Amino acid sequence: MAARRCSFLAVLALLFFVSILVFVVAESQETKLTVEQHVTVVEDSQTDTETAEQTIKQAAVEERQWEATEIEEATPGDAPAEQQDSSATETAVPSSLPHPKDDFQEELVIRPLHSGDIYASFQFRTLWETDFMSGNKVSHYGLFPKSLGQVISKFSVRELHISFTQGYWRTMQWGQPFLPSPPGAELWVWFQDSVTDVDETWKELTNVLSGIFCASLNFIDSTNTVQPSASFKPLGTGNVTDHRFLRYATLPREIVCTENLTPWKKLLPCGSKAGLAVLLKSEKLFHSSFHSQAVHIRPVCQDWRCKTTSWELRQTLNVVFDLHTSSQGKREWSLFKMFSRTLTEACPLASSSKIYIDVTDNPEGEQFEVTPATPLLSQAVVLGDRRTFSVYDLTQQITFGTVRSLNLLIRWKSSEGDMLRPLLHAERYVAGYGLQTGEIHTLMYNNHPYRSFPVLLLDSVPWYLRLYIHTLTVTSKGKDNKPSFIHYEPSKDRVRPHLLEMLVQLPPNSVTEVTVQFERALLKWTEYTPDPNHGFYVGSSVISSLVPSVVAMDTNSTQDRPLFSSFFPCKEESSYFVRVYTEPLLVNLPTPDFSMPYNVICLTCTVVAVGYGSLYNLLTRSFQIEEPSPGLAKRIANIIRKMRGVPPL
Amino acid sequence: MSGISKERKRGQLAALSIAAVVIIVGVPLWWKTTETYRAWLPVSQIKELDILQLQLSADVEVVFARGTVTPEQQKKVPLTLTQDDEHIVDENTSLRYKYETKYRTATIMEEDALNQPTAAEADLSLHTLSESPCGSLVVYVIPEMSLLLPKDVDVYVGQRRTALLRIGAQMRVGRTLEQLLAHLEPRLKQVLQVMSFSHTDITAALSDRVRLSPGNKDSIADSMRAFKSSPGYEITFSLLNPDPQSHRLHWDIEGAVETYIQPLLTKLAPLANFSIDSQTLYYTMLGVNPRYDSTYGRYTLNSDSLAHVINPVEARLGSNAASSNPVLNFLLYVPDANHSPLHIHDSHKQEVISNAFHSPRWGGIMVYNVNDFHGPEAVFPVNINIDMTKVMGVFLAQLRLLLGVQSSTPPPGFLMAPCSSVGLADWELDRLMWSRTVENVATATTTITSLAQLLDQIGNIVINDNIAEQVSSAVSSLQLAVAELEAGNLGFALQYSKEAILASERAFFDPSLLHLLYFPDDQKFAIYIPLFLPMCVPILLSLLKIVSEARKKRKEKLAKKD
Repeated sequence: MAARRCSFLAVLALLFFVSILVFVVAESQETKLTVEQHVTVVEDSQTDTETAEQTIKQAAVEERQWEATEIEEATPGDAPAEQQDSSATETAVPSSLPHPKDDFQEELVIRPLHSGDIYASFQFRTLWETDFMSGNKVSHYGLFPKSLGQVISKFSVRELHISFTQGYWRTMQWGQPFLPSPPGAELWVWFQDSVTDVDETWKELTNVLSGIFCASLNFIDSTNTVQPSASFKPLGTGNVTDHRFLRYATLPREIVCTENLTPWKKLLPCGSKAGLAVLLKSEKLFHSSFHSQAVHIRPVCQDWRCKTTSWELRQTLNVVFDLHTSSQGKREWSLFKMFSRTLTEACPLASSSKIYIDVTDNPEGEQFEVTPATPLLSQAVVLGDRRTFSVYDLTQQITFGTVRSLNLLIRWKSSEGDMLRPLLHAERYVAGYGLQTGEIHTLMYNNHPYRSFPVLLLDSVPWYLRLYIHTLTVTSKGKDNKPSFIHYEPSKDRVRPHLLEMLVQLPPNSVTEVTVQFERALLKWTEYTPDPNHGFYVGSSVISSLVPSVVAMDTNSTQDRPLFSSFFPCKEESSYFVRVYTEPLLVNLPTPDFSMPYNVICLTCTVVAVGYGSLYNLLTRSFQIEEPSPGLAKRIANIIRKMRGVPPL
Repeated sequence: MSGISKERKRGQLAALSIAAVVIIVGVPLWWKTTETYRAWLPVSQIKELDILQLQLSADVEVVFARGTVTPEQQKKVPLTLTQDDEHIVDENTSLRYKYETKYRTATIMEEDALNQPTAAEADLSLHTLSESPCGSLVVYVIPEMSLLLPKDVDVYVGQRRTALLRIGAQMRVGRTLEQLLAHLEPRLKQVLQVMSFSHTDITAALSDRVRLSPGNKDSIADSMRAFKSSPGYEITFSLLNPDPQSHRLHWDIEGAVETYIQPLLTKLAPLANFSIDSQTLYYTMLGVNPRYDSTYGRYTLNSDSLAHVINPVEARLGSNAASSNPVLNFLLYVPDANHSPLHIHDSHKQEVISNAFHSPRWGGIMVYNVNDFHGPEAVFPVNINIDMTKVMGVFLAQLRLLLGVQSSTPPPGFLMAPCSSVGLADWELDRLMWSRTVENVATATTTITSLAQLLDQIGNIVINDNIAEQVSSAVSSLQLAVAELEAGNLGFALQYSKEAILASERAFFDPSLLHLLYFPDDQKFAIYIPLFLPMCVPILLSLLKIVSEARKKRKEKLAKKD
């Protein structure tokens, strides 16, 4: 089956290629001709082109002055002829249009969650057939945003992944997200192997990105950057394994808001003017339980033979609306209710523009009802699970109906049904008391009933938590579970963080606990954050794993599947890649009283002054011998003797 | 009794020695430990730079063709004259122009070249004979009856660094060489003003240093238009398509840049580095609503509303993420189907033919109407190929203006050679280099002197070694640039002036100069007081006591003597 599909594809691609070839040859001949013509035309026009400008007398509101550029034709007789010539060449000839080198797609997936919340995931993908890698300068941009293109070519970036997230994804309630991301900001970049000083490039890159996205990415420095050896493999083409060119950093403290959304929207070709992006209104998006926006840039194959690469820019935005509480317990929602907008058109630049609604749990419409209904259904294997989606194609005029606007509405009928527990999830917390030591606990749950699978755990801990790596224990089901691979880089004070990576096998249906003790360091008083008593954040642990798929799991259940298809677990879908982020930690460090320096100065000065004063007194006072004064008894005796008229003692 | 006085003496000695220790050890120790590090700066040389005496030297060669000088004059002819011209701009700045004029007769090869049928061909073949160095000029004096120039033209300014000068009719007979030279001089001066530097250009270039008296409006507009000198420029072409639903625009920007812009920039390469990029922006609206003109059935933009056009667009243009050089923006705006055709009107309500305007030190905008390419019954979206020849003609003209290539109107009797395919004559480049060099020197001197002044005023800024290094290199480059200008080596002068400006800016904007670690003195002393007060008061008191006792003793001694 696959072979047949391949051959069919090959024929198609071949046809396509041949047509392009013919097309290109024809075109190049034509362009040659026109270029020659152009040159002669411009020489002529420049001979008689003379520019004169007129200052606009009225003072402009701003500082700028505007001048009309006038290009006068000195030889009016020739000019119209020339213009006719040129207009003849430029009349719209649709067949001679250049092949579009870039492509834009947009889609929105809506999944009603079992908790009653709504998960909406936007994806915008721009593909560009160009080559940033081979050193040639790319400078003409179409749909691909110029600012990001310049960043890629200046810093020789191979892959760039950046995400900004507000809120924590609750895996146990919501299931797996399509694109996981940790709270705060996360940035990981693979550089090309032509980069000589990776650290310096990384520093400059973070500064530029912080300008582009209006985020505090400039706080990324060597103290929160690590080079994971196994957890973050390139997602695009090219099999790079040298992790010297990889940098990974998180800023768990970063707060995401409108000022990050606006520049993100600006990168879209249609902006927020048309297409799905009109729904992205910040007043609604940030009134939600979870908000995550990301930009992923990577090289991908141009065709199935993968001879040439093109660049893919994926902008994603995931949001979970807590409609349950905001609509007084009534379970119904619509696009208008969520985003306070409805859709009227697709982005005209998009080659595909679709809305998917996950109706897997609702095959007969007993759970909820979607209006308007669509006949289009599509099936896809998402995160190891076969899901069914209703599809609304926005490029079709019929989707919008007679009212010319699409406002999807879902009305729940019952609130029953339970979610399949996610096979892998993790949590983390700090244990211990006092301000000297503590213990980090990481719990990883394998909910698969009978399969065990390995996971990669990555922990990046700031230097001010001094890990005692000898106290590292991994236990599952009460027994010691020895990791098959441990990569540990100790921290250096004020230079680099701890990096701990290990490969752990999770037994089926178990909880694996990783604990490690740490000591809290004392910071210098300028190193504390402005609100030190709030605590210090430690970024999320990252758990990457190939998880056995749910589809493979239900070999026992023979529900509406033909018997012949269900004996062997089907191989290609047997496992899928999942990345799970734990909660970030908030750790209290011993915090001094910040008026102390002044107090200390004053106190020491006073002590020094007192000591000095007495010493000075001792040294400079002149001493003289004085008659010791008689004692009290003697004095009284003398007074009595005086009264009696006897000479004193 | 003697015991007591001995004891007193010891106390006094102890007080004195403590005071001495405090003064000799304590004060220097405190001074040393609280001192800020300040590297040595060449202050005296910077002070010298504050008074700028620029001398600009240009070599001019005047070549007499056959039939312009008599044989006996020919014998005297190889001679050199120097001409000085001094201007004082303000109390600290003075300018001096020095033209070294060499007179000679034409060689046979040059005669042959001058016998070409047209001036343009003569210009070309003269250029192939000898290449004159950057900043110099060759003026060929040709006889009155020469057919090279049209009747009413006296001077032909060529593509390169040559000019042809026709001798006047009244000088045909009975003339001495002195008379001839005197006759030539005013014309020669005009040629120099056009092809080399002119005083107005140079003073405009000095605007960073010298506050110019408000002259006429035109010259200010001229000087304000061009970008400031910078080591690099980013040129961005943006195609604005506010209505992608109706128009699918295609522009061959790559080919157009290659054909039209790149030759000019290659020529300008000694001046600055240029980088070009382009982008297409959708749904970008202008800031003003064009007015509908029902008589012609089209929309118009008035000149006074042009200032508001850009603001909403500029937010989307984006700055260059990869460099901090100034950006020249060129926007091609294709009005949406509902608002076209769109025309720009100037202040006299006249239509601007090019349908374009430019903003000083920002860039240019051209409105490109596409209605003619599709009828009213067209099916949207329409595919449109933009005619880049028309667009680039306008943008090239704007680019020349914004880069400061002056296309001032020539004096009467002058004929300019038509622009070459490059779009820039050699002498235009020279002119630009002269004014850019002077501008760089002026900017670098002001930067360096103000930095020195600032560091002098704020005493507790740390001056690191690298800043001192940058300052010294800027100063030495400046001195070299001034010297090269004096020697007439324009290319080297520009090079050094660029280095000077880079080094001075780097020193001025170094982040280490901005550290917020400078506490005001009163706060510092507030912190020291708990230590200083209890230490100093006893010392002072005992010193006072010692002094008063010594006085008392002297009085007693005097009294005893009496």
